[in-house]
Amino acid sequence: MNFNATNLARAHEIVAQYPHAKSAILPLAHLAQDQDGWLSPEAMREIAEIVGVTPAEVLGTCSFYTMFKRTPCGKYLVSVCTNVTCLVLGGPEILEHLQDRYATDPDVTVEEVECLAACGNAPSMQVNYEYHEHLNPDLAAAVVDDYKSGTLSARTISGGRA
Amino acid sequence: MLEPQSLHPGARVMSEMVKVTIDGTTVEVPKGELLIKAAQEHGTYIPRFCWHERMKPVGMCRMCLVEVEGVRGLPPACTTPVADGMVVNTLSDAVKDAQDGVLEFLLINHPLDCPVCDRGGECPLQDTTLAFGPGESRFTEEKRHWEKPIAVSDLVLLDRERCIQCARCTRFADEIAGDPLITFSERGGHTEIATFPGEPFASYFSGNTVQICPVGALTSKPYRFRARPWDLSAVETSCTMCAVQCRGALESSSNRLVRLLGVDSEPVNQGWLCDKGRYGYDAVNVDDRVRQPMVRRAGELVPCSWPEALDAAAEGLRNALAADGAASVAVLGGARGTNEDAYVWSRFAKGVLRTDNVDAQLGDGLPAEVALGLPHATIADLDRARGIVVLGIDLKEELPVLYLRARRAAEELGVPIVELSATETGLAPYAASVRYAPGEQAEAAQRIVAALGGSAAGDADIDAAAAALAGRDGDIVVIVGRANLAERADATVAAIAELASLDSARFLVALRRGNVRGALDLGLAPGFLPGRVELEAGRDWFEDAWGAVPKERGLDALGILEAASQHRIGALVLLGADPVADCPDATLAAAGIAGARFVIAVDTMLTESNRRADVFLPVTAWGEQDGSVTNVEGRVQRVTRKISPDGTSMPDWRVAAELALRLREDFDLATADEVQDEIARVAPAFAGLDSAILRRARDGAVLPIADHPDDLVLGRLSLALTDASWEPIAPGQADPIPPEPEPEPVSDAEADAADGEATAAGEAEPAPEPELARPALHVWDGAVTAPGKPGRDAYALRLVSSHVLYDGGVMTTATPWFAPLVRTAVLRVHPQDRDRIGVVDGGAVRVTSARGQLDLVVRGDVAIAAGTAVLAWNLPDRGANALVDATSLITDLRVESIR
Amino acid sequence: MTATETRLVTARLRERPQDSWTMEGFLASGGYTALRQALGMDAATIGPEVVGPSGLRGRGGAGFPAATKWSFLPPDSFPRYLVVNGDEGEPSTFKDRMLVELDPHQLIEGIAIASYAIGCNQAFVYLRGEFALGYERLTQAIKDAHAGGFLGRDIQGSGFDLEIVVHRGAGAYICGEETALLESLEGERGMPRIRPPFPAIAGLYAKPTVVNNVETLSTLPHILQMGGAKYGELGVNKSTGTRIFSLSGHVKRPGNYEVELGITFRDLIESPELGGGVPDGRKVKFFIPGGASSQWLTGSDEHLDAPLDMDFVQQTYSVMLGSGAVMVYDETTNPVLVAWRLAKFFAHESCGKCTPCREGAGWVEKVLYRMSHGQGRPNDLDLLFDVGNSISPGVVNAPFTQTTICPLGPSVVSSVASLHRYFRDEVVEMCSNRSPSIPVRAS
Repeated sequence: MNFNATNLARAHEIVAQYPHAKSAILPLAHLAQDQDGWLSPEAMREIAEIVGVTPAEVLGTCSFYTMFKRTPCGKYLVSVCTNVTCLVLGGPEILEHLQDRYATDPDVTVEEVECLAACGNAPSMQVNYEYHEHLNPDLAAAVVDDYKSGTLSARTISGGRA
Repeated sequence: MLEPQSLHPGARVMSEMVKVTIDGTTVEVPKGELLIKAAQEHGTYIPRFCWHERMKPVGMCRMCLVEVEGVRGLPPACTTPVADGMVVNTLSDAVKDAQDGVLEFLLINHPLDCPVCDRGGECPLQDTTLAFGPGESRFTEEKRHWEKPIAVSDLVLLDRERCIQCARCTRFADEIAGDPLITFSERGGHTEIATFPGEPFASYFSGNTVQICPVGALTSKPYRFRARPWDLSAVETSCTMCAVQCRGALESSSNRLVRLLGVDSEPVNQGWLCDKGRYGYDAVNVDDRVRQPMVRRAGELVPCSWPEALDAAAEGLRNALAADGAASVAVLGGARGTNEDAYVWSRFAKGVLRTDNVDAQLGDGLPAEVALGLPHATIADLDRARGIVVLGIDLKEELPVLYLRARRAAEELGVPIVELSATETGLAPYAASVRYAPGEQAEAAQRIVAALGGSAAGDADIDAAAAALAGRDGDIVVIVGRANLAERADATVAAIAELASLDSARFLVALRRGNVRGALDLGLAPGFLPGRVELEAGRDWFEDAWGAVPKERGLDALGILEAASQHRIGALVLLGADPVADCPDATLAAAGIAGARFVIAVDTMLTESNRRADVFLPVTAWGEQDGSVTNVEGRVQRVTRKISPDGTSMPDWRVAAELALRLREDFDLATADEVQDEIARVAPAFAGLDSAILRRARDGAVLPIADHPDDLVLGRLSLALTDASWEPIAPGQADPIPPEPEPEPVSDAEADAADGEATAAGEAEPAPEPELARPALHVWDGAVTAPGKPGRDAYALRLVSSHVLYDGGVMTTATPWFAPLVRTAVLRVHPQDRDRIGVVDGGAVRVTSARGQLDLVVRGDVAIAAGTAVLAWNLPDRGANALVDATSLITDLRVESIR
Repeated sequence: MTATETRLVTARLRERPQDSWTMEGFLASGGYTALRQALGMDAATIGPEVVGPSGLRGRGGAGFPAATKWSFLPPDSFPRYLVVNGDEGEPSTFKDRMLVELDPHQLIEGIAIASYAIGCNQAFVYLRGEFALGYERLTQAIKDAHAGGFLGRDIQGSGFDLEIVVHRGAGAYICGEETALLESLEGERGMPRIRPPFPAIAGLYAKPTVVNNVETLSTLPHILQMGGAKYGELGVNKSTGTRIFSLSGHVKRPGNYEVELGITFRDLIESPELGGGVPDGRKVKFFIPGGASSQWLTGSDEHLDAPLDMDFVQQTYSVMLGSGAVMVYDETTNPVLVAWRLAKFFAHESCGKCTPCREGAGWVEKVLYRMSHGQGRPNDLDLLFDVGNSISPGVVNAPFTQTTICPLGPSVVSSVASLHRYFRDEVVEMCSNRSPSIPVRAS
């Protein structure tokens, strides 16, 4: 998928912010992901063209970073922390519960992530990079369901605003 | 044995020396040199995987950690520059522990499938583990697994499980080749080498990654499972796939060529090879080699004995001479063989047949007057040039490793490049570009020269080019070739004349065919005699040496073919030449071959041209014969026989000598060495370069020796090809070919040098002939007849047709390896022109020139100037040569859409 | 002895929870006065005469004196860049996220002061990719600051120009390492660079570059306003001023607390105004005092009563205050499980550049997984210790020795060293009673 007109203009603005165009790979990958819901090969190819490098170089950079989803994922990306504070306060149980509950739900992708810097209110998770803290398995499921029902309005897949 | 520090003289000119103590021994090394290299040059090998001398250090494998007094921890020797007073310990317990640790880590996920791995037996990981490793692993968990192998290109396969993530291949692709098409993907323990989906590592240089890979992660299709390292033996030789003549180590197993590795010759290829050169050896092995002489009987070429074939050939020559005299005999070709082949054929043609109708080029090069008579530059001059002007030629397609050198000069050494060409070349990303319409390059060159003289051209591109060339001291090196085969050579010659008017200009005449330079140097050109001597200037000298020379100047290739087409050639020798494929004007070539009354083919395979021969004399190929060759800069280096030819083929020069014998001339030449010695005696440019000197010259010699004394480095050489093909292979001489007797020193000065290295300039020359003065070398006077500006046909597109690396030539089609890489013919035009033709990309068009017609598909490309059409030369079944009229300055095309 | 907070950097966000992140809230609480004050000074004096005497040390983890870092810039080389390290990813550290989300203008003010002091006109904030709200707030604040004349051309009539670009990361802990951060900012894989050259000489785009942490820069306006010497009087020894500690785990009141350096760990964990002690009357079994990379301390009186003094704890216990995270674990915690999860983190976040870290982290993780899931072997801990020795020779020393380029390698074995030092008997005992079942991997 290619950038739409608005995002293409935005992409060129982003490139112009940097002394070297290659710096824009990460922001452009976020932009593409926010538009398409994932980072497709076509998007990486277009980014390569915009910043003047080969698609392989874009792949090399983007594949280093866990936020870039190079296979399609659900509309809601649920990122559950199980790092050492959440570990002892119930993170793994939340992860397991959500993974079971949404195992076959195409709209929800549940992933285990590293520390989200929300340990003061652990255990915590993000849905499309919006924080939800002080959770337990049922509360966490309720949050996800609220997104699915539209009670909560979600960010885009890379944490932007639609 | 050469001292290792002499390997790269260019890399270490202005260094201040500092004292460093390594394992208790104090040595002097150049300030700032990397510790790993300084140690190596003084006999201390610090183990490493990621560091490669020709690439920037990354310090990531951590194998080369050492102790440095006063420095906390263990710094990597590959990223630590030496400093005065530094005290280094490479053998301490701490260092040993670190080495054990790193090797244990590298092996935990390594599959240890050495028995089925191409690298097994010459594997740096194996060897380093044996020399520096812990002996056993404590890892009992499961190893990581990946699908294997996967093809990263048509030539290279990747086994990710074997990979140790040293980044040698990715750095090579990015830093050296400029093709960052392979990359690290993912992260941490999941890091793997990858290409972008659907975009393979389609680099002309991909095979180098296989050579420098420190494990068996990258393997090549041609070599895969073909041999085990302990079954291989190697000789050092020069690749003759193009005129750069990269140095290589040629290996065989069971009398079959199986591998060519790049040898690190500082002045030539610095260790790299292009893929066509690296894998081209397999053309020698193919089944359709002609291995027995043939004569035509009842319309058919039928096998016969050598005496029968030679007698038949000699009779054909004699008949022609008797009927119409020397002017009715012609020799085309000779650029494929060795210098010895060229010399003996030159002597045979000019001294015995007394014809000057001799041309190693096929109308696809530049006149010998120009090619031999310009002030010369060497390849290494690119490194220190004030600027490089590339006139016309796309080095990446025609002389790939010279492209690497020019690219490195620009990227690493800051040498500006001006690309003066009709269309974009591979160097465009690194150059200031000036475009011209085909046939009008002289005008563009003239404007650059004027702008350099201080008068602004008012054209942004030209002024930028002039500014780029004005910033530094030194010479301007002009690299010029015959870029566009759809225009006459004099269009290029006129542009050369403009640039030659610059005092500081020196030239690399980049004619591409393997040994074309050697052939021209040795007289396979009309108007020339061996050793860069004009016919008239050398008449007395060569009459003395040979007994006779041609009465008058003869015809060049186009002239010969024209004469043959008019039945004026009674005997035509095709000396490894295929004019129907290679002459720009295929119509003329075909008519010429058909019109010659008697054709003698001297070749390795049947071609479109030599199929109609009356006699076919099979000759040895590269790898099957000893001798010497001369590269694009005039450097003479040895080529070495690695395998015995199948059948009865003999070297080209022996064929000439045998034919001479049948015409009652005994050359009395029994070996290639004897030919070399005769060349050194009689060919003025080769004075001093006899077989004994050449055998001991590490980097060969640039001719004439007197002008390039520093390029002649003598020593007793042996090729140090151990298991270290992944490291730069030091050049040396062939081993284990039977050792030659140590030659008699030519002079005292040189005797002093025999154990080490020295330069031998004039000292190496033999005593001058007393009676005759040796003729002067030819210098081009720069006189040109201006070709005039071609008329503009507003409805036509002007054709640019240039060589591409993988074309439909014999070398690419004879083996399976390059077939998938040969592109299909596409006519590329500016999108505006495409729209005007009224087609979309991929649409079919009929292309018509004054000469012929072709049906092609068309594609728009903004890199092509409006009014220009680009069609690659010599692609299978779509020969642009059908469109070209050799007498026409340019080739205009009418292009219409075919519905 | 009731230890309390000393709020400087966190004052506004605590006092104005309703609008601390807005321009209105910021200006209403004294915002941008420190910048005006700085712009009135000779730029060259700010480092040596104000920041130097304050003793301000980097708050990102390494604790390097800020003014000294600035002084390494070559005097005549321009352009130069200020890069703000906002890639907070050290497990259990959550102060920078708070500062960016709740007081972005304070950070902007600090950036502007620092940029003015070092003569740079272009700053980049490398913000952790997952901080979506922080990104929104910071970019809005930058727009507002532009509109208010605190950024852009000729700031407040001083002739000083400054632009700030916020650059979002994308999920890679290693980008918190400053040279990896610079690589990432250049659009590359975030792999640490070989030093030298140091960023001050050749950093972003090979230009002189200062990399400072969010908290460090957020502290600057307060130093300007208080005066460097006055600020330097806060704290203890060479650990001057206040620091925000991120307290988490088994405490009653987890959260961020800004305290004067010099109070003890016990104060931080147990003071009713701070951590409030371990819940349910349990005791501290061990705590991790400086973020996940640090070695651990135990619930012993000696350790609990150690002062929050960077140099003291490093010299005495070989631990770092690092990023200012303190994770507390009570008696019910299996230390091997914590060690495994940390190893899993480091294995996941290793960039893959150096062999010992790339391969060693995975190995350590695999062994610790077995050990923490009932498949340990009695000699596993010794094996891990040996493996750790190949990544960080000596294992237990701080500052680390390492066979890798950056400290992520030795961080892998901090927990191994801690298990070895404090829980050896417990671990060996546990591993001697091997469960008959084969553990099944979740991931």
